Amino acid sequence: MKIAVTAQKPGWTEPLDNRFGRAAWFVIVDGETKKWTAAENLQNRQAAQGAGIQAAAAIIDRQAQVLLSGNVGPKAFRVLQAGGVRMYRTDTAKQRTVADAVAAWERGELEEITAATTEGHSI
Amino acid sequence: MKIAFASGKGGTGKTTVAVNIANILQQTGVDVQLLDCDVEEPNAHLFLLPRIDWSVPATVRRPEVAEEHCTGCGVCAEFCEYNAITVLKTTVLVFPELCHGCGVCAEFCPERIITESDRAIGVIEGGAAGGIGFVQGRLNVGEVLAPPLINQVKEKAPAAAVTLVDCPPGTSCPVIEAVRGMDLVVLVSEPTPFGFYDLTLMATTLKTLDIPSGVVVNRCDIGNDELYRFCRREGLPILAEIPHDRRIAECYSRGVLITEALPEYRELFADLWKRVIDSLPSPPDREGREGTGTSP
Repeated sequence: MKIAVTAQKPGWTEPLDNRFGRAAWFVIVDGETKKWTAAENLQNRQAAQGAGIQAAAAIIDRQAQVLLSGNVGPKAFRVLQAGGVRMYRTDTAKQRTVADAVAAWERGELEEITAATTEGHSI
Repeated sequence: MKIAFASGKGGTGKTTVAVNIANILQQTGVDVQLLDCDVEEPNAHLFLLPRIDWSVPATVRRPEVAEEHCTGCGVCAEFCEYNAITVLKTTVLVFPELCHGCGVCAEFCPERIITESDRAIGVIEGGAAGGIGFVQGRLNVGEVLAPPLINQVKEKAPAAAVTLVDCPPGTSCPVIEAVRGMDLVVLVSEPTPFGFYDLTLMATTLKTLDIPSGVVVNRCDIGNDELYRFCRREGLPILAEIPHDRRIAECYSRGVLITEALPEYRELFADLWKRVIDSLPSPPDREGREGTGTSP
């Protein structure tokens, strides 16, 4: 089971990034071994539009089955749902780091995202 | 002759100037029409009260994918400049609200399974207000593609001796589309820091597009002289100065033309038009000039 977490920097103890499509980094964690890899989201951060769509396609491409993030917009939600990714919402008041988020998810403390949490940002 | 009214900053008086010029020209027997290209918020109709004779949908192309034949190669998603199509294995997701209808996906699909259909994004309406020809575009709420609609408003408009184009505010793609092909752009501004700053952006844009412009200073007795110094430095003619007159604001709020309700201003608008004519680059006809800039 691979878990994608949005983070401000690449690392297990780095702070979470509340955004999905324009997150700084995706930390992809192996649920069993807790080994992680990180992918920078540079191209999508600078995209004029469709950042969420591309970010969703990218984490699906990395075989993530679970996403932990602060927000998921409507277009990203559609792609993630089509890709069979289950989404859970992190709360920066309760979880600070990637490790916190994964631990909270394992304890079943994160609310599952079943609809977009925010409006689209395309202009 | 095609003259546009633009500003950069919103609320400086583009529509006020455009509709009053239209009124003055019509009264002197000129074959004039006004195109309201501020398609996200068209308001010239509030002043001209046109009779609408025709209405046609404005459309953009949208891809349709015969998914059952998709091999999942992802070429369409890779080539889409607007991230409007994405492929997960053999599931193809299209986001019509992001699609600009460029057709790249259909063109490059190796299986040739993408076709294009029309999607309505708004309407184009035309008619007349007294002797003034009138065409406006209205973008549907939630749609973002103003430029194709503006382009279609200009294409659907009949020929007239003088075409006046009321532009949207800002300096981005919708304005670029609206000013394309104009003989001159009247920049309506105000001598405030905000008005001045946006005027510099719009003046620079027009310089890049090689379209001549002149400036109308609205509420000329407020603010500072920064705008005047800029115009002098850049060689931009001042076409008119409109004072900060409470009665003008009252006319606006009631949807009444200044040139009807306050006859003492008729001369100001007549002079403004005379200066526009004087500022036009002489004979070499400017038809067929291509604008620059591509995507909104």
